[in-house]
Amino acid sequence: MDIVEILFTASFWVAAIRIASPLIFATMGELICERAGVLNLGIEGIMTAGAFAGWFTVYAGGDLWTGVAVAALAGAMFGLLHATLTVPLGLSQHVVGIGVTLLATSLTYFTYRLALPEVTSPPKIEAFQPLPIPVLSEIPVVGEALFAQTPLTYLAFVTVALVFWVLYRTPLGLAVRAAGENPSAVEAQGISVNAIRIGAVMAGSALMAIGGAFLTMSAFNSFFFGMINGRGWICIALVVFGSWRPGKALLGAILFAAFDAYQVRLQQITGGVVPYQIFLMMPYALSILALILVARRATYPKALMIPYQKGER
Amino acid sequence: MPALQEEKPIANPQDGAAPVVLRIDGVTKRFGPLVANDAISFDLRRGDVIALLGENGAGKTTLMNILFGHYVADEGSVEAFGSSLPPGDPRAALDAGIGMVHQHFTLADNMSVLENIALGTQSFWKARFDRAGARRRIAELSGAFGLAVDPEAMVASLSVGERQRVEILKALYRDAKVLILDEPTAVLTPSETDALFHTLKLLVGQGLAIIFISHKLNEVMAVSDRVLVLRSGKLAGERVTAETTRHQLAELMVGQEVTPPPVPPVVTGPSLLVMEKVSTARRANATPLDNITLSLHSGEITGLAGVSGNGQAALAGLLSGTETPLSGSFTVQGNQVGKNWSPAEALAGGIARIPEDRHAVGTIGDMSVTENVIAERYRTERFSRAGFLDWAAARKFAEEIIADYDVKCPSPEARIRLLSGGNMQKLILGRALDPEPVIILANQPTRGLDVGAVGYVHGKLLEARARGAAILLISEDLEEILALADRVVVISKGHLSTPSARGQRSVRELGELMAGHGEEGRAA
Amino acid sequence: MRLEAKPSPSLVVTLVYPVGAVVATLVITSLLVLVAGASPFSVFYLVAKGAAGSQFALLETLTRSTPLIFTGLAVAVAFRARLWNIGAEAQLYVGGIVTVVLGTGALPLPSVLLIPIIMAVAMAGGALMLLGPAVLKTRFGVDEVVTTLLVNFIVLLFVSMLLEGPLKDPMGLGWPQSSKVIAEAQLPRIIQGKRLHYGFVIAIVSAVIVWVIMKKTALGYEMRAVGHNPQAAGFAGIPVNRVLMKTALLSGGLAALAGFSEVSGLKGNLTLDLSPGYGYSGIVVAMLAMLNPAGVVVSAIFVAGIFVGADAMSRAAQVPSYIADVMVATALLTMVVAILMTRFRIRWK
Repeated sequence: MDIVEILFTASFWVAAIRIASPLIFATMGELICERAGVLNLGIEGIMTAGAFAGWFTVYAGGDLWTGVAVAALAGAMFGLLHATLTVPLGLSQHVVGIGVTLLATSLTYFTYRLALPEVTSPPKIEAFQPLPIPVLSEIPVVGEALFAQTPLTYLAFVTVALVFWVLYRTPLGLAVRAAGENPSAVEAQGISVNAIRIGAVMAGSALMAIGGAFLTMSAFNSFFFGMINGRGWICIALVVFGSWRPGKALLGAILFAAFDAYQVRLQQITGGVVPYQIFLMMPYALSILALILVARRATYPKALMIPYQKGER
Repeated sequence: MPALQEEKPIANPQDGAAPVVLRIDGVTKRFGPLVANDAISFDLRRGDVIALLGENGAGKTTLMNILFGHYVADEGSVEAFGSSLPPGDPRAALDAGIGMVHQHFTLADNMSVLENIALGTQSFWKARFDRAGARRRIAELSGAFGLAVDPEAMVASLSVGERQRVEILKALYRDAKVLILDEPTAVLTPSETDALFHTLKLLVGQGLAIIFISHKLNEVMAVSDRVLVLRSGKLAGERVTAETTRHQLAELMVGQEVTPPPVPPVVTGPSLLVMEKVSTARRANATPLDNITLSLHSGEITGLAGVSGNGQAALAGLLSGTETPLSGSFTVQGNQVGKNWSPAEALAGGIARIPEDRHAVGTIGDMSVTENVIAERYRTERFSRAGFLDWAAARKFAEEIIADYDVKCPSPEARIRLLSGGNMQKLILGRALDPEPVIILANQPTRGLDVGAVGYVHGKLLEARARGAAILLISEDLEEILALADRVVVISKGHLSTPSARGQRSVRELGELMAGHGEEGRAA
Repeated sequence: MRLEAKPSPSLVVTLVYPVGAVVATLVITSLLVLVAGASPFSVFYLVAKGAAGSQFALLETLTRSTPLIFTGLAVAVAFRARLWNIGAEAQLYVGGIVTVVLGTGALPLPSVLLIPIIMAVAMAGGALMLLGPAVLKTRFGVDEVVTTLLVNFIVLLFVSMLLEGPLKDPMGLGWPQSSKVIAEAQLPRIIQGKRLHYGFVIAIVSAVIVWVIMKKTALGYEMRAVGHNPQAAGFAGIPVNRVLMKTALLSGGLAALAGFSEVSGLKGNLTLDLSPGYGYSGIVVAMLAMLNPAGVVVSAIFVAGIFVGADAMSRAAQVPSYIADVMVATALLTMVVAILMTRFRIRWK
């Protein structure tokens, strides 16, 4: 197949949207945290925990949607831990974030080993199946790519719309955006900055965990070690790339996923001439490149990473 | 007191007939060993304008932060409209009808005026923010009180005066019955100040009560009915404005007769620093300099007057080495300043710098006094050899500064964060003045200091002047400039006025220049 | 709730809270042990015994601590200047690559020359790895946490590529591993027949050197100043960006020594599992030591002991050895709280 032709095949776009889905969840999660002023580097570990929690719930006999809910709850709990340390205590968001990632990852592995001591090859579950939407899914290429996905992918797109609506069209969203820009504006209006920030980090972490759960419940259908593989860090880059706007971040995630799907196909075409590792490096290299490109004109939420103390301006 | 609650639209506050809207009773607040508020009590009545007068650090802002629920008082209580306010809860204060316009505006730049005003006024459970309703109400309020502002404008694009109007609207939007303004004129031009006073009159006419916090006597005299004077955390006195004088208030405020420091005449020497037609680059949140010409002479204090945010930061940056000229000629002791102009170059050029913000820029809070005093000179032979620091010499130097500049601190090893503002400033002064610099930049050197420390700083600047240093004194306090400066230059929108010798221009004329009026086409 | 700065803490206070953090960590992990159906006391006893209960255990702990001292120092140095180097893992692997490239016969030199050359080149390689993110931070304002994290993945893939390509061991039966380094490139063992090697001595010497740099030199002073308040440091004339570059070079170089010492002293060749996350554990080591170079040695041995002891424990009790990772991560979080408490007082009103 020609390297340009790939771009016009339905299977390519189906793969791209599938690859984008977990990134969309986690990017929205990180975006909410950062919009409220908290950099959440726990993302990689929280995604790991979510991937395991969702998968294990189903493996233990739970319903698929219960699995998603359990994953979200697990994420929210790690979010609470992160927020407790970084918001009222004002500890370094860098150090705490890395700590939460290490803790969530190791706790997950510990639990996995405890629950499945003897397993060598990870067991599979009955995961989410594609749910083609009548009529729409019959549109060539676009329809197949967008409307013949699993319910979790649809949920990812709904999440973007929801995050956009909440941030820009609701009284709560005003408070979240103000908390990340000038927390004293929030405090002066009688709203607790800490409550807003803790809530945002918990909600954002829940979304990250669902992003992780997508991998075990809608893509690989089983849990294995190291499966998040830097996706969390990539999402942090995507938030910057999307200038902290849900729509732009969604676009970034899809672009990124398309590139990822493309390199896999390119890898097959070039067939061993170029080492496959070069292709695997590209997502990470691309993320760094994206950061460099936008960094100069990036307008960070002004209070990002700055702890807030009541009555201090 | 139900008997007093009857409606009396135009009550005379002095006759005690208007209802009490706010009662402060025995409020005490301590920060460690410091007593910021000591048993303060007073009443505020409907239609009343109280001025809270005091030096910086007298406890005004602390008291208002307690009132508004940012701080919790150690003792005492606050009552609004007869019921006591739960401590530490800004929401309760807002709900009780207390609105506050903070000294530093509490606005989110990434949102519109409307969003800022309506923030927190609608339930978080609502699925949709009611924009139309908010717009209607803002239009009503801005019409009624002459507070013109475009509700859809982004706050980032507003001028300082407009931002203050938004702050007042925020309070009115929430039906504030008591409005607290913390140093509201510090950032305003004289004409903006007049407009603010006009608005305040309209508000009082509607039955609001106002607490006006200031350290400027003329404003207090102009705007208030009663004056409460705070000194070192205590209520030093209460006066009816109409029955007192500026002189009396000044005495109450500082606790003694205020005498400006004697400024002996000094023979002015040669120019040590010359800027000709210098402009600086445009930056976010700072006015750039536009084609300015200025020279500093040996033995002379040049005072730079102006409303904050008119280019002072850029000028201070040029002298400090943190800003480079975009165009024009800038020479220090005859040497042309080039591309690699930096703080280190500025120091090497003999410029001592006293920065505006001693916490964020002047000191490294978590490092010791010793480590802070050597910060500008640790690479010199006195403190290091072959890359290794001589800590004994550093400590000795710190001890010298502590002794010579009368710094109160537990030991040279103490973290500088633990020092009071005045002692911190003395250390910065010591660090800057010890090498006997020929050029001195003093940027707001006395802001936030108590009277004793202010006098000390002024004394040191005059000493340096006497030995021939060229000094640029940047201050927003016109009285400080008039007291110290041999020559006054006014900065407005990045332009400099022509200099005037001591006493050559009246306060009124200077005020006009600060507002950007007059001298059209003459500006050098 | 608010935080108030405490006056300079006494030595007792500076020690009480970290000890409290360790106790809190033990309590929290006990709960997990209980969930696993074992007795915390016997598990901790087994961990302690496995870490220090015999000469073998003790030597194993010290061996395991060696790379952790290097990565811990790397992180401590960087974090002091508030350069968030999360890329010690990548820098470690670069050190490993340099060691096998130069040490498998390319340079036929005697040990006294070869080992210093390898060390110098490895340090240079690791330093360059961190210089990139540091330049991106100072020039473009790109957060170095994300870039160093992403670089970790790129470098690991690069190692994989080398091990399946140019560096592949022809005698390796197809495994992705490099050839063994020659005898001249090997660090000798401290005790004949045991695994503890001279890398440990180099690590201790490095800690002393770093301690001297931090406490006694102008560079150390600059790094601390930049870390505490870059704006004030810059205002005082300290060249902030240049200091960050120097910090990056030093930090990256130290992390690379971990890779060098593992290959040259212990493993003999480069594999994809040269480091089971020493770069990340280095963060914990540095934080437990409160970024103090001397403390890094102690906390590296402590952390290594937990890992070694947990391995031994999990063979005896039915508790997964991942409990060690949980303990270490928990210790990191309790420690940052402890450090906060030594400097600030929490007031609840």
